[in-house]
Amino acid sequence: MWERLPQLVAYGLVSGSVITLGAIGLSLTYSILRFANFAHGDLMTTGAYIACGFLFLFRSLGILGGRFGKLSFGPAMVPAFLLALVGTALLAILIDRIVYRKLRRARPVMRLMASVGVAFVLRNVILFSAGADPYYYSRKIQRAIYILGVRLKADQLFIIGLAALLVLFLHLFLTYTKVGKAMRAMADNPELAQVTGINTERIIAWTWGIGAALAAAGGILSGIENKLITPELGWQALLPLFAAVILGGIGSPYGAMAGGMLIGMAEEVSTAFVSTAYKPAIAFGILVLMLILRPQGLFGRR
Amino acid sequence: METLVGVLNYFVFFSITAGIYAVLTLGLNIQWGYTGLFNIGIAGFYAIGAYTSALLSGPPPGSLDWRVFGGWMLPFPVGLLGSALVSSALALFIGWITIRLREDYLAIATIGIAEVLRLIIKNEAWLTNGVWGIKNIPSPLFPSIQKGIAGLLSSHPGLPDWTRRLLEGGYNWFYLALVLLTLSVLYWLLERILRSPWGRVLRAIREDEVAAAAQGKNVAAFKLQSFVLGAALMGMAGSLYAHYARFLSVEKFEPFYGTFIVWVMLVAGGSGNNKGAILGAFLIWGLWAATDFLTGYLPFTDVQASALRIVLVGVILIAILILQPRGLLGEEKFVSRLLR
Repeated sequence: MWERLPQLVAYGLVSGSVITLGAIGLSLTYSILRFANFAHGDLMTTGAYIACGFLFLFRSLGILGGRFGKLSFGPAMVPAFLLALVGTALLAILIDRIVYRKLRRARPVMRLMASVGVAFVLRNVILFSAGADPYYYSRKIQRAIYILGVRLKADQLFIIGLAALLVLFLHLFLTYTKVGKAMRAMADNPELAQVTGINTERIIAWTWGIGAALAAAGGILSGIENKLITPELGWQALLPLFAAVILGGIGSPYGAMAGGMLIGMAEEVSTAFVSTAYKPAIAFGILVLMLILRPQGLFGRR
Repeated sequence: METLVGVLNYFVFFSITAGIYAVLTLGLNIQWGYTGLFNIGIAGFYAIGAYTSALLSGPPPGSLDWRVFGGWMLPFPVGLLGSALVSSALALFIGWITIRLREDYLAIATIGIAEVLRLIIKNEAWLTNGVWGIKNIPSPLFPSIQKGIAGLLSSHPGLPDWTRRLLEGGYNWFYLALVLLTLSVLYWLLERILRSPWGRVLRAIREDEVAAAAQGKNVAAFKLQSFVLGAALMGMAGSLYAHYARFLSVEKFEPFYGTFIVWVMLVAGGSGNNKGAILGAFLIWGLWAATDFLTGYLPFTDVQASALRIVLVGVILIAILILQPRGLLGEEKFVSRLLR
């Protein structure tokens, strides 16, 4: 059992990367808009489906074919990925304009309830237009590469690398840009931020855009890892996302990264001990333990 | 006459389901409407109630079943009360962990428990028969009523056809009466409880927790009691469903049917108002049934039609939240008799 541990930890890094991308966006919207967005998982699904749509489009046009080395995808993925990120971000901003903007003054829990409605609408619009059957990003079987005694596919290395890169970009953005600083100011104290002349509506739009783009990236990477996507993708990711956010402490993007990695590892390592059918329950178990022992999260302030 | 009987039989079938949803909505109204507790794992309490009742009052495992436990064929009321108790116990556990924390933590914990219960139902076949489901759950008094109807039909061979068809559906009329009786008793009890000083404390907590605490009220204890009471009703709704459908499987407790539509019912009818909760259940279930007819005329597959209907329900929820947050009836104002 223990000799499998390094392998499971490596798998944990892969699924942790996907969870992290979702969790960071969820944590951002949580701290700046002050509600738990239950539609965040469905933004991941949206991103995954938009990318899939463009992949099919490029394939039918017969352009951007081929593959990158040992990866399961080729040049077509680059514009599909970017367009999906932009599309999901614009969609999130649009939903904010239509729904959440009207509820800015309402109690936060009203926005939470509205987000449950948005979640069902998004998922079922996807179900309506794409159907319940899975879509495949790739049907090729990949050969594994051996690194330090651990077996990983090229795709999985790519997922870890890209997630790390996006997290680094976000860190630089939050630390050095004006918008990033304004976002952190709003998370700390929205009234004070407004008094200092920060255009809060603009920052809210940025927050939705960045959160949704990261979610879309997470959704696409999950599609690359699992080879297929279904309309339930985001819903199934929701518990691990929330577990990661609460584990790391709500409102702390760095906490969400650590939380995402820990949840990913815990889920994979757990498969050595309990039936894989209960993988989703592991995240919930950790969440419950955390709520009992340290509800402010590992790195949270209170 | 023929079509009228058909419509009438459909109406009975419709009202039984809507009545069961009304029990769920009343349960949610205690938690959300009166106390402000955000439970989006209704399906979990509903499911645990249904399966408890199936194990207590259902048939023993058959030779082809995977399950090895339960099926004691106890009388229906035992199943109903057992469902309420087990569902309450689950609520006590979740509430004990989350009720002191922020309101969104309760939401996340309840959605989690509903999902974990679904995993358990799917995977623990020794208890729930897994994906094969539990079959042949008896409906209360079904054999005697069917026998009575059959006797009536054979002793009066001259009855017109439509009367015969009406009588053949007679059991559903009995079950509808049972559901409506349960609903009325629960409604009457809740109106009494929620107008009592205990109910006033719940509303005080919902409006301002700090102020309620400052009045010396143990906020966490009251919230926990409200959460458990609401969950008991959800469990009973599960039991009513199990003995009506006679077959349980995990798909019946998906987030949409088990949780989301109940929320839409309560918000549409008016949270904080028990009449509104019941009205909302019948109204939204009516809308759901009507759209089933309408989408039949559109050129969509079944998956598309059901997705479209769910989108409609979601849009209705969002529209109500933005345009008419009080719902149709809204909360009644409570003013002391001395001030009127």
